[in-house]
Amino acid sequence: MSYTGERLKIVVRNLNVYYGKTQALKDVSLDVQANKVTAVIGPSGCGKSTFIRTLNRMNDIIPGARVEGKITLEGQDIYGNNVSAVEVRRRVGMVFQKSNPFPKSIFENVAYGLRINGLITRESGSLRERIEKALADAALWDEVKDRLNTSAFELSIGQQQRLCIARALAIEPEVILFDEPCSALDPIATAKIEDLLRDLKSKYTIVIVTHSMQQAARVSDLTGFFLLGEMVEYGLTSEIFSRPKDKRTEDYVTGRFG
Amino acid sequence: MISAHEKIAELTRWVTSPSTHEKTARAVMWASGLTVLAILLVITGFVVIRGIGAIDLEFISAMPIAGGREGGILPMIVGTLCIIAISTIVATPVAVASGIYLTEYAGTHPLSKIVTFGAEWLAGIPSIIFGLFGFAFFVVLLEWGFSILSGGMILACMILNETIRTTQEAIKAVPGSYREASYALGATKWQTVSRVVLPSAAPGILTGVILGIGRAAGETAAIMLTAGSFMALPTSLFSSVRPMSLHVYLLAIAEIHPGAVARAFGTATLLILTVLIANLSSRAIKNYYTRGLRQER
Repeated sequence: MSYTGERLKIVVRNLNVYYGKTQALKDVSLDVQANKVTAVIGPSGCGKSTFIRTLNRMNDIIPGARVEGKITLEGQDIYGNNVSAVEVRRRVGMVFQKSNPFPKSIFENVAYGLRINGLITRESGSLRERIEKALADAALWDEVKDRLNTSAFELSIGQQQRLCIARALAIEPEVILFDEPCSALDPIATAKIEDLLRDLKSKYTIVIVTHSMQQAARVSDLTGFFLLGEMVEYGLTSEIFSRPKDKRTEDYVTGRFG
Repeated sequence: MISAHEKIAELTRWVTSPSTHEKTARAVMWASGLTVLAILLVITGFVVIRGIGAIDLEFISAMPIAGGREGGILPMIVGTLCIIAISTIVATPVAVASGIYLTEYAGTHPLSKIVTFGAEWLAGIPSIIFGLFGFAFFVVLLEWGFSILSGGMILACMILNETIRTTQEAIKAVPGSYREASYALGATKWQTVSRVVLPSAAPGILTGVILGIGRAAGETAAIMLTAGSFMALPTSLFSSVRPMSLHVYLLAIAEIHPGAVARAFGTATLLILTVLIANLSSRAIKNYYTRGLRQER
């Protein structure tokens, strides 16, 4: 379903995903609007992680995974023959459930995406500026500016997750996918990330998978509810939580199961 | 008074009780562990006690005299080092590259299984057969003669499997989350492997290389048929050398001579220490880096 007057960033049509013989997603169609936060909620195993991993072709690296249907990014079929997964991931960044910085310095973690994509010139000044900007956008700069060359592992888990966000921001993608980014974080670290999500949507399109309905309600503009591999309902977050159309959605958001 | 019947019942209970099994199992395994330790100590102790007296500065820095019955073993040490260097330089890149191919690229490709099986098979072939091949191929056919090059090449073949295996293990130990992070940033497979996976796996690979060096240092049979047994300092890759392991063998099978026996044990002691140092340093490297990894969460 689409909402007129809004610009569509990603259009998903009749998406089916299989892991070997198991079907993980059944006929999912969904529009992701530009510069909005779209939340994907549902109980464990409902296919929500599988869903966002199709948006940057991360399922390609899972042996036996098969994707059918059509996903377009700005009108371009991301599974098209002339499109490489590398190119898609360059435009659609991702932040994972567990913070996964590289065993490198804070600086090198953020620089990695710039270096591999050839986005930096030889002037180290411009590299430094871009790294400072990415860290600032991830609300981490003030905490790390004096120790950019220390190992990323010396940061707290919450800081590591913001470093992973900075790393994703550094290459300036169009869309950023968050796969349960706060599931390992305490409430304070979670609040920081949620603030960040609200700030980031002015520049980026955001899709977040979360197991927390409260989080979806706090940060998202639109919410899709997934159950057993199907998308049950998709709409404005306020409506999904206050006036769900489907009985199953209502049962889930009111805490009757899940 | 306790009847015989009751006594048997009590004994049966004792024999069948889990706590008896636990105690017995512990005792058997404890004794086995102790036996292994004892074997190790007796062998190394015997050699080292008889050999340590022969080791002094002259022993490691002087030329041998009278076929090794007197003087030092400098050329043997140099010969061992040269052959180790050649075999490591040749084997490491090939082994690391195939380890990377097998773990990161091959997937379920049939070639992967064939290569793995082949490498294991290669490791199981008796070293004298490697020697025979090395003699026929490198020494005779390629006309490299008995030389450092022939010996180094055949040793390279012999340590391939170990290095491939440790490379595979080291690469598999790199968390999948690093790869995911790299791919998600638009990295290609090779960028991910070369910039993220390999640096993380490097300490593990290095331990494999060091263990290979330890193995190469002790190899004798294959060396005898490829490197010859010439007791002078080598002047080129085509010089024949007599590595320490071969020197031990040749001294031991020669006629009983107190000088020769003492020097055989002295050389053996040096070899044992070399292998010990190789093992300890590979452990130290592994511990140092795995400790670093544990800090990450």
